[in-house]
Amino acid sequence: MLTTHALVLAIMLFCIGLVGLLSRRNILYMLLSLEIMLNAASLAFIAGGARWGQADGEIMFLFILTLAAAEVSVALGIVLQLSYRFKTLDADAFSEMKG
Amino acid sequence: MEVLFYIAAVVTLVATVRVITHVHAVHALLYLVVALIALALIFYLLGAQFAAALEIIIYGGAIMVLFIFVVMLLGPLAVEQEKSWLTPGTWVGPSVLALVLLGEVGYLIAAGDHLPIDVMETRRKGISIVLYGPYIIGVELASMLLLPGLIGAYHLGRRVSKEPR
Repeated sequence: MLTTHALVLAIMLFCIGLVGLLSRRNILYMLLSLEIMLNAASLAFIAGGARWGQADGEIMFLFILTLAAAEVSVALGIVLQLSYRFKTLDADAFSEMKG
Repeated sequence: MEVLFYIAAVVTLVATVRVITHVHAVHALLYLVVALIALALIFYLLGAQFAAALEIIIYGGAIMVLFIFVVMLLGPLAVEQEKSWLTPGTWVGPSVLALVLLGEVGYLIAAGDHLPIDVMETRRKGISIVLYGPYIIGVELASMLLLPGLIGAYHLGRRVSKEPR
């Protein structure tokens, strides 16, 4: 019963992160929304692992953690470069590559 | 046991909604730290103690410190801005949510072994045995992911030289 409600919580967290990613234009907040969505995914994995009594859920959590660490370090470097070059963090301003 | 889960879930949802609706980046980061700690409590209640510890140490510690460093690097801090951050109004929301979580943890410690963790089945194998057994290819792939992440962060983190080369 607890794991079912944990899955519902994971869905709600993922939707909040998705809404934040789609509605905010500041690139730092878009990164934060990505973190929220990754957390929701790992909560779903942990709930599944707890439901079936297997260790696979926590192992997938470890992989998601690794992915998030690598992603955040590279993405924050990109944020720093963008703020140096464009003097803004607005995602709509980075439109030099329009075809 | 389940009441603790629902309280932590409500704290997580409130903090997460405040993250995406806040204007100041540092306030949003404060709320995100509270949400991560509440999520770690939920992991603990689901029987994943190792994941709960990692969530606090790596997410709440390392990744959030990275975010805060970048926010500090993005703009020089004006004195008025720092003064506005030190007013009580900005600290009340995260503090109340964190106090709720502290109460829950205190209750868990006081209850001791009397509360059964609501896991459906006891886990048969340890994490490390499975991680270095069937999932060894995943460990190798994670190392192949972390090394380009390190190089990419080093390359992107340098200051841009003024004159084009």
